[in-house]
Order: sequence, then C-alpha cells, then structure tokens
Amino acid sequence: MSTDSKPAGSIGVAMKRKEDPRFIQGKGHYVDDITMPSMLYMALVRSPYPHAEITSIDATEALKVPGVKAVITGKDLDAAGLGWLPTFHGQDKQMVLAIGKVLFQYQEVAAVFAETRAGAADGAEAVEVEYTPLPVVADPFTAKTDTVILRPDREIKSNHIFHWEVGDKEATARALATSATRISQRMWFQRCHPAPLEPCGCVAHFDTMGRLQFHVTSQAPHVYRTALSLVTGIPEDKIHVISPDIGGGFGNKVPVYPGYVCAIVGALKLGRPVKWIETRTENLTSTGFARDYHIDVEIGATADGKVTALRVATVADHGAFDAAADPRGFPAGMFGIVTGSYDFPAAHAEVDGYFTNKAPGGIAYRCSFRVTEASFAIERGMDILADELGIDPVELRRKNFVRRDQFPYPSPLGFTYDSGDYHKTLDVALEKIGYQALLKEQAEKRARGELMGIGISTFTEVVGAGPSKQFNILGIKMFDSAEIRIHPTGAGIVRAGTKSQGQGHETTWAQIVAEELGLDPQNIMVEEGDTDTAPYGLGTYASRSTPVAGAAIAMAARRIREKARKVAAHLLEVGEADVEWTDYTFQVKGVPARRVTMKEVAFAAYTNMAQNEPGLEATYYYDPPNMTFPYGTYIAVVDVDRDTGEVKVRRFLAVDDCGTIINPVIVEGQIHGGLTEGFAIAFMQEIQYDSEGNNLTTNFTDYLLPTSLETPHWDTAKTTTPSPHHPIGAKGVGESPNVGSPAAFVNAVIDALSPLGVRHIDMPLTRDKVWRAIQAAEAKKASA
Amino acid sequence: MKIKVTVNGISYERDVEPRTLLAYFLREDCGLTGTHVGCDTSSCGCCVVVMDGDKAVKACTMFAVQADGHEILTVEGLAQAGKLHPLQQAFWDQHGLQCGYCTPGMILSSYVLLKHNASPSEADIREGLAGNLCRCTGYQNIVKAVQQAAETLRQPAGAGV
Repeated sequence: MSTDSKPAGSIGVAMKRKEDPRFIQGKGHYVDDITMPSMLYMALVRSPYPHAEITSIDATEALKVPGVKAVITGKDLDAAGLGWLPTFHGQDKQMVLAIGKVLFQYQEVAAVFAETRAGAADGAEAVEVEYTPLPVVADPFTAKTDTVILRPDREIKSNHIFHWEVGDKEATARALATSATRISQRMWFQRCHPAPLEPCGCVAHFDTMGRLQFHVTSQAPHVYRTALSLVTGIPEDKIHVISPDIGGGFGNKVPVYPGYVCAIVGALKLGRPVKWIETRTENLTSTGFARDYHIDVEIGATADGKVTALRVATVADHGAFDAAADPRGFPAGMFGIVTGSYDFPAAHAEVDGYFTNKAPGGIAYRCSFRVTEASFAIERGMDILADELGIDPVELRRKNFVRRDQFPYPSPLGFTYDSGDYHKTLDVALEKIGYQALLKEQAEKRARGELMGIGISTFTEVVGAGPSKQFNILGIKMFDSAEIRIHPTGAGIVRAGTKSQGQGHETTWAQIVAEELGLDPQNIMVEEGDTDTAPYGLGTYASRSTPVAGAAIAMAARRIREKARKVAAHLLEVGEADVEWTDYTFQVKGVPARRVTMKEVAFAAYTNMAQNEPGLEATYYYDPPNMTFPYGTYIAVVDVDRDTGEVKVRRFLAVDDCGTIINPVIVEGQIHGGLTEGFAIAFMQEIQYDSEGNNLTTNFTDYLLPTSLETPHWDTAKTTTPSPHHPIGAKGVGESPNVGSPAAFVNAVIDALSPLGVRHIDMPLTRDKVWRAIQAAEAKKASA
Repeated sequence: MKIKVTVNGISYERDVEPRTLLAYFLREDCGLTGTHVGCDTSSCGCCVVVMDGDKAVKACTMFAVQADGHEILTVEGLAQAGKLHPLQQAFWDQHGLQCGYCTPGMILSSYVLLKHNASPSEADIREGLAGNLCRCTGYQNIVKAVQQAAETLRQPAGAGV
C-alpha cells in the first residue's frame, strides 16, 4: 500500500515541461519537416494590385519551366465548384483563387505545382497575368458611401458588412446627456498581425485508399476536417487532419486559408503529395490580420468621479472578405466586455464592419475575439476621464470597480462575470510596485521638466468560448472534449480536441490527470491534433483550452475515478458506498489505514475486476455553463526623452488573477510572452497600407517585432480567485497580458506627456509619433 | 555544383543547385530539420547554425556552396553521447522555450555568444541574442537559461557538465 499523498507534478506544481526534450534537440516535428516520396511543391501567384479586373492568365511559359507539373486558376476551381470557401462564422465566403477580379494586394491568383520548391517559385514567376486596375477603397470611413462596390457577389450591394449593437441605447444617451462630466475620444487600434515564427503551411496527400491525409498548421484540426468536407464534398471519414508541432499560432492558424484548398486540389489532380509553405511575405500580406478598429469612446460621470454611462461606436475595417474568426452571430466577437471592470449603470456598444481593398481577417490575435480592442478602449477611456476630472486614475478605478460582493455580476452588456476581487488585486499591485514612491518621484521629475509616466490598466477579460446556447463555429457548438485511458500499470494517455502551439498542454493536461487520479504525470502521455484519434474539439485559441478542454479532462478523470471506485471496493472488500477518495487514494470510510492507490486499482481493472466492466477509460464532452473572466492590474513606468521622443519602459508589473493555476512556471512564461506582444503592439507592430491599398509592411524589416534588446524586464505577481463554475477553478491566462498591457503602456506614455497637454496618441507609439506629439504640444503652448 | 560540407562531424558530399540556401541544404539534403526558416530577410534567426566552431551564421542567408569545405554545427550536433549540452539543459530548466520554433537558432546563437564571452552580463546576453526573434517567451527566461549555461560551462571539466 502506498503512503504518498500529493503526486509530484499535480496541480500547482512547477513541473518542467515534458515536451521540451524534443524541441531543445531540434527534433520538433513541424509541417515543413514532413517529406513524402514523390512530393510536389506548390507556389502561389499573387496580385500586385489591390483592386483590378483580371484580363487574362497565361500559363504557357510557366508550364515550360523544368519540373512544373500544373497550374490552376480561379476559373478551374470555380468550374469544379471549389471557387469559394466559407468563413468560420458562416456569414461570408472567400475566393480560393481570384475569380474575375482581385480585391486585395497579394491575393491568391494561381497555384503552380512543381517537382521542387525552387521550381514552383520559378513557375509562379512565369505565369503571365494581365490586370486592369480598378478604383481602390482603402478607407473604411468612405467605404459606406463609396460608389465602388467591392462585393457585387453579395445580395446587399454595399460595402457595409454588418451592424452589431448591444445595451440600452436610450438609457445610455439619457445618462450621458445629464452627466456632470463627459469625455469622448476616438482611438484607432491599428491593424496588426500575429506573425508566429513558423509560417502557415500544409502537406496534402491522398493515400492508397483515396483518403486525404492532411498535415497542416491548424489550431483547430477538427473544425478543419468538417470545413474541408463541406467545401470539397469529400466525406468526412475520408479526411484525416493532423496538426503536428506548431511554431506559434496566436490566432493566425485558426482560419482555413486558400493555399490549403489549392494544395488539396493539386494533390487530387496530380495524384501526388503536395507541400505548400508560405513565405513570410505571404504570411504578413494575406493571412488573418487582427484589430483595425476605429473606436469612439464616450464616458459620463458625476462630478466626484462615479461613472454613469459608457457609449462606444466602432468602425471596423474587415478587408475584402469577412474572414473574421468569430463565432456565428458575434460579428464583433466579445466586444461587449467593453464595460471592463467597472460598474456602469448604463452602456451601449455598436460596431459597423466594412469591406475595403485590404487583406481579409479580423482574427483573434492572442485574444478572445475583440476583447483586446474592448479592453484598450475602456482602459484608455478611464484614464482620459481621470484627466478630465483631475483625479488619480487609480482612485477613479477603485471608486468604480465591480465590488467582490456583486459577483456573479450581470454586466449591462449581457455577460455574467463569474468571480473577482478587483480591489484586492489592485492593492497588491500598488503595494508591490511602490505606487506612492513613484508618484513622489514623478512630482520631483516634473518639477525639473522631465517626462516620467505611470500607466495603469485594470482589465477584465472574457474567455473560454463557450456555452452551447450561445456559441458555434459553422454551426458546431463550442464545447471541448477529452478521452483518458489508464493502462494496467497506472500509466495512461489523454487525448484532447485542443492543439498546443507552445502552451505546454503535454505537461499541464498530464498535471490535471495527476491531480484527479493521483498518478504520475510523467507517465501520462498527452496526444492532440490528430482527428483520427482525438475526440472532437473546437481547438486552441481565445484562451479556451484550460476553461473548456481542461474542464473536460478533469471531468473525464472523475468518470474514471467513479469506475475505479467499484474496483477499489472489490479490492477493499467493502461496499462501494464505504469507499471514499481521500488524499489521492481510495480509503475505507473511517479506516484510513485500509486503502488502495489508483495504480493498484488500475492493475486490478484489467486483472481482478470481479463483476465490474474491465478496463479504465472515459470520454467527456464539456459544455461550459458560462465564460470565465480572468482579470489583472498592470502598471507600467516609462521615461520619455523630450528631445527624441524615445520611450524607455523602466518597470512593468503584471498582477494576474486567472483562478487556479495548474503550472506556475508555464503561466509565468505565458505572461512574459503576452506582455512582450502587448509591448510590440503598443510601440511597433502595425500593418500599414497607403491610401491606394498597397501594403507597406511585407516583411520583418518593415513589420517590426521586438528583440531581446528592447524588450523590458517583466515583474509578475498573482492573486487567486477561482472560477466557481469550472471543475478545477481555472480561468485561462495566455491572452491576459496581451489584452491588458497595451493600455498600460499607452497610459504611461500619455501620463508622461500630460504636463504638455497631450491627451491621446494612437498606437504604435513610435519615437517619431511621440516626438511629433511633443513638438505639436510645445508649439501650441508657445503660441498660447 | 559538387560540395563537401562537414555537418556535426559527418561529411556530406552533395551535388546542389548554386542557388540552394544552406538552410535548405541542411534540412533537405542532410535531413537535419532542426534548422528552421521563419522569414526571408535574415531577421528572425530561426536558421542560425555555427560555422567553423565560433561563428553564428544565418543559414537562410548563405548559399550551400559557400559552406563548401567548412564545418557546420546544427542543434542536432549539440548533445554528446546522449547527454544534453549545458545550453539545452538550461533552456529546459529555465523554461526558455514554448513553441520551440526559435529554440535551435536561439541555442546556437547563445553557444557562439558563450564562446566569446564566458561570463556575459544580462545586457551582453540581450545584445548577443538581438538577431534572434522569439514570439513566445519575452526573452526573460532565455536570458536566465544562458546565465545558467554560462555558469555550468565555467565549472572545471567534469565538475558541472
């Protein structure tokens, strides 16, 4: 009989990652590492024009290039009924290869298949396409009235895609009209791109049974299987989707891209495996962008700083196709979280989406569907209100927080926040960073004319989509699933419908099983990303893995425990009702010395199960009863060089509350990474287009990512408020730092510049932009 | 063109197109897929390998023919006799990786950094790794990993390694 209690590596233990040995030895298995006998390579011909008629496509020269096997065009695909691809929320479709005209620069026009990677690239160069340029719609604000209709294929002949609103419009208008203080600010959350270091790609192959074997960089392999079946008409049992190791996703690898469909068509047509790996330029210019929200924020408040109403109106640039990766019926995702951590008596939010001649997307970049945009809007808005009222932004927040005793809190925009203690987390952050001392230092520096800023963000997220009554993708409800098998020796395997892209599921999923079953996580194998073996799941994005699949794993493990209890009763020679699960073992109630471990029970389940069903396995499909609401307080301290506009992030503290933590080291790593992406968005990352729709940021020398040199040092801390409805109380954390931090950075810079009268600058806060703002403010002061 | 390149101590004689990049030579001709490609502009450093023992080179920016007659070390050649190199161990110990895509290049740039500076400060490490992008870790744990490895490597042979 074992006497150990908590297993080494159960929940809360900083266990080293099980997946790392292969990555540190160069033995990760990414899509481009796959080769198959007689494999062909595919390259895409892309449009140099943002908007143009295609006059002709001539592949004659391309087909003469040595090794080129075939060229396919939009016409070919359309004839085969494969011209268009539905987008995930089901409200629009996207051309696979351009049919008749191109709608954005770098749009896919033709696919070339060749014996070698270089041959395919040569072939693509040799395809001659003639275009007649058309007038370009590059500005979402003029798109509505523009006479150029980008999508005549749609029933509604307008560039306006959708109007979405939530909240009480009249009550909000009344409250704003009668508020003692009122601020309004337009802010643009710029277009950016997740740019994981591994680009998107696939290998498509029809095996000897005519079954599609599709290796692909997918964050949602099961959804791909269903989507591909719907698009191609291949029966779903004849499609096997495998997501191997993925080199970062951040939302970029959620949508199904045209290149995937072309590779499948090529493999079918040519009877050979086809590999397609996009270049970095293709990745930045054609796959899912994020944000691009022009947000008007209005907040009303009493004279002493109690908020009365929030009104938010947004113009969203969705590009040429509405490929936003939102659940159906949520064209603006979870933007309704825009009331944030504050108890607004009235609120109204609306979003209008428009087509422009830009790349399609609107994906959830390290974000639970537009939560980042919402969080930024309210956290910037609260700072502007504090400035207007002349009170400390910290005090304004404290005064308006949803209180601990208000949970579960029904927000005015329709969410029910599960749990939180915003005051406590704020206090921990203020104490840890030494807020009072910082204020004193700032006052001294300001007296000397130095520009020091303190920026705070006290955000609330909504993650874990989601309850089946609200959320689906292509009609499929957003549950997730797990299957656990415990082998005779007490080792086991967990299979889940999620897919790690670096999140560490091979470790954390094993830890959940260890906690629930008292087994060694080192001997719990985790398998994801294979649609033949894993139960159906909606995948990993929008911080949904732990809230949904993590719950499914815990529940499947509890099913196993119930089954094991019967075998334990047999071993202990008592009735099942007399057996309790205590201290990670089965014990006879009131006689703790009489016990058996799960390992012993596992062996008996295969060798000595008496009248019980043999074996020890369970599957659970988890339909979450609610979303989870992680939150945090972030504080940034910056120094701004008045002469150059250079911003130095001197300190940054993130205090996160993500409920129960499964592995503190993995959580801290996620926070470091998310803060770095938030930092990047605040200061550098922007996908820029000129007024003619030309993409100006087509590689990493123009689309800047932070290196080790400019990335600040991150300090982290936590409070723990478990989710009351999640089996282990976890909330999800991977996106919090990316959602919460941009406002902290911008608030800090604006705080630094506030003595000059600067109230807002749109991101990214490049040195140039900050310098211009300083110059303009000083010129204004001089002329006053 | 016929070339002869020594990779991880093994001599590879191959006939390559002159335009073949070293990165694809390693991946496709030598079957060493630990060298990754993440951009087309020498920006990301996923493809960094070590040339002639002490130079970090971006294998996507060098032709295979330029490596003719040279010695290349890739991530697959770091562990010896089944024992992880101190840098590999340190990246694992310090949670210096998440998706693993930048990791081979990051480890090999660190390898060269430590060849030239056995006791780097945090600033030295951050400057030394500025040619390698990571989207997952925020670099902080990578810095800690390099510090741990530096300490291990400074121990007398046999004591720490």
